[in-house]
Amino acid sequence: MDKNRKVHQFKNPVLNWIEFRLPIISYFKKEYGDYPMPKNCNYFWSFGALATITLVTMIVSGIFLAMNYTPHTDMAFDSVERIMRDVNYGWLMRYIHSNGASFFFIIVYIHIVRAMYFGSYKYPRELNWILGVFIFLLMMATSFLGYTLPWGQMSYWGATVITNLFSAIPIIGEGLKTWLLGDYNVGNATLNRFFALHYVLPFVIFGVVGLHVAAVHVHGSNNPDGIDIKTNNDSVNFFPYMLIKDTVAMCAFGVALSAVIFFGPNLMSEVDNYIPADPLVTPAHIVPNWYLAPFYAILRAVPDKLGGVLLMFGAIAILFVLPWLDRSKVRSCNYRPIYKWFMMGFFVNFFALGYVGMLPAEGLYLLIARVGLLYYFGFFFIITPFVGWIEKPSKLPLSISDVYAKNIAPNIGGGEKGMPAPAMQKDTNL
Amino acid sequence: MAKKPKNKRRDFLQLSTVTLGAVGTAAFIWPFLKSMSPAEDTLAAGSTEVDISAIEEGQSITIKWRGKPVFIKKRTKEEIDAAKMVQASDLRDPQDDADRVQKEEWLVLVGVCTHLGCVPLGQKVSDMKGEYDGWYCPCHGSHYDTSGRIRKGPAPKNLDVPPYAFLNDNTIKIG
Repeated sequence: MDKNRKVHQFKNPVLNWIEFRLPIISYFKKEYGDYPMPKNCNYFWSFGALATITLVTMIVSGIFLAMNYTPHTDMAFDSVERIMRDVNYGWLMRYIHSNGASFFFIIVYIHIVRAMYFGSYKYPRELNWILGVFIFLLMMATSFLGYTLPWGQMSYWGATVITNLFSAIPIIGEGLKTWLLGDYNVGNATLNRFFALHYVLPFVIFGVVGLHVAAVHVHGSNNPDGIDIKTNNDSVNFFPYMLIKDTVAMCAFGVALSAVIFFGPNLMSEVDNYIPADPLVTPAHIVPNWYLAPFYAILRAVPDKLGGVLLMFGAIAILFVLPWLDRSKVRSCNYRPIYKWFMMGFFVNFFALGYVGMLPAEGLYLLIARVGLLYYFGFFFIITPFVGWIEKPSKLPLSISDVYAKNIAPNIGGGEKGMPAPAMQKDTNL
Repeated sequence: MAKKPKNKRRDFLQLSTVTLGAVGTAAFIWPFLKSMSPAEDTLAAGSTEVDISAIEEGQSITIKWRGKPVFIKKRTKEEIDAAKMVQASDLRDPQDDADRVQKEEWLVLVGVCTHLGCVPLGQKVSDMKGEYDGWYCPCHGSHYDTSGRIRKGPAPKNLDVPPYAFLNDNTIKIG
C-alpha cells in the first residue's frame, strides 16, 4: 500500500473514517460532483441517465414479478393471469415491466441515434461505443427471453422462430438448437432456463453499464459540436447543472411512461399473447416485439434461410466496427453537410424497416424491406467510408465557448446561450 | 526475444501449468454445458401408437409426438399421382415420393416447417394448402406438395418423415 496516498479531507468525521478505508466518497465527488460536462450539451445527453434509471426500474419490477411467477409450461400462463387479477398491484408491476421494456428500447435507440449523429463513437471513445453495442445486444437477448415467460401464443412461437435461427448454421445447427432448448422443441426445459437467464442477464447488463459509464468518464462526454473541452470556460460541473437537467428529463419521461402504463398498457403488446401457448397451432402471422422488428424485416427480406440469418446478425455486428468505417475526423454531423443527410436517411430507413417488419412479408412490404436492407448495409460499407471524397466539412468552432461568443450556435436545443461561464471549481461541500 | 537456454526449465514449468489449468477448467465446464442438453426423461418420451381406422380417404389427422405435431394423411388417388409425377431432380431437396412413404396412400410427416419451425396449414379442409395442394406455412410463405416436399418459399428442406411402422392395418406406431 502506498503510504504517501493523499487522503481527501471532509468536514464530516464519519466521511473521513470511510474515506480513509475506502476512497469511495472522493470517487463519487470526482465522477458525479465536480465532473466537467461540456456546457453545450443538449437534452440528447440525458438519455444515458434515463436508460440507467429504466434499467433499475426493470430490475426492481422484475424481482417483484418473479415472486409470483411460476416457470412451468402448465402454470406459467395462469400465474401471469393471477398476477394481473389477484396479486395486490400485480397489474401495476406487470405493466411497468412490459411497457418499461418498450421504453427502455425507445430510450436506448435515441441514445444510439445521439451517438451516431454527433459522432460520439469516434476517437477516443471507440471502446465506449463497443461496450454500448454489447449492452444493446444483451438487452435484445434479455427482452427476447422475457417475452417467452408469459407463455402465450406469441411467446411460444416467437421463441420457436428465434431458436430455429440457430438451426440454419451448417452441420452443428440442429445440435446447437437442441442444446439451447434442452428438448427437441420449445418446452418446459426451455421455459425454465429462459427464466433463469432472464433473471440473471440484467445484472450482467448492469455490470457492463458500469464499464460503459467508467469509460465515458475517462475522456468526458462528447457534445453537439463534437469538439473537446479546452478550458474551464467550456464546461460546467455535473453537480448541480447536469443533475438538474437530467432530473427535468426524468420528469418528462415519467409522465410519458405513466401515460402509457395507466391509459394504454397494451398499446405495444400483441393480442395473441393473451391466448395460452399451443404447440399444435401457429398464429396466422407471427409478430416480433416492435423493437426487434427492423432486424426481423432484414431476416425475412432474404429468400434464403442461412443468408437471412447471417444478414440479420451481421446488421448488429456491423455496429461494432462503425468507429473504423467512419474515417472523418469531424465528429458532429452538424459540421458534415452531406453525411448529415445520409445519417438522417439511415434513421428513417431503420424506422421503415421496423414498420414493414411488423407486417406480412409480401408484395410492397417485401420490396421496402429489400430496399431498406440495401441502404442499411450500403450506409455502413459505402457511404460512411467514402463520403469524405465528396464532402468538405464546415469550419469547426475554435472552442465550445467560441460557439457562444460568435452566437452561431448550430447545435440542436442549445445550452445556456449567452450566459457567462459559471465558475468551474466551485466546491460542492459534501 | 531470443530465449536463453537456462530459461528452458522455467518455460516448461509455465507451459505445463497453463496446459493443466486449461484442461482442468474445460473438464470442469463440461458437466455444466452437458446439463443443458435434453435430459434422459426427455429422450425417453419415445413412441406413440395411433389408430388410423377412422381416417377417410383425403382426410388428415394431427397427433402429438415428442411435443411436435405429426400429420397422418390418407391420400387420394389424384394426390398420389401428383406426388409421383414430379421429377425428383427438379426439386430443391430431391426425393422421390416412394422414398417418403411405406404404403403409398399413407403419408406420415412431422408437421414442422423446416424454415423456422412453424406448423404449416393444410390439415383442415378450410385451410390454405398452398400452390401445390399440400401444406402452406403462413409464417414466411413456404409451399409443400402432396408428398410434403418443399416446392416454393424460404424453407430449405422437405417436411421430415418420422420413424414409424405399421403394427397392423389399423395401427401406426410412431417413434
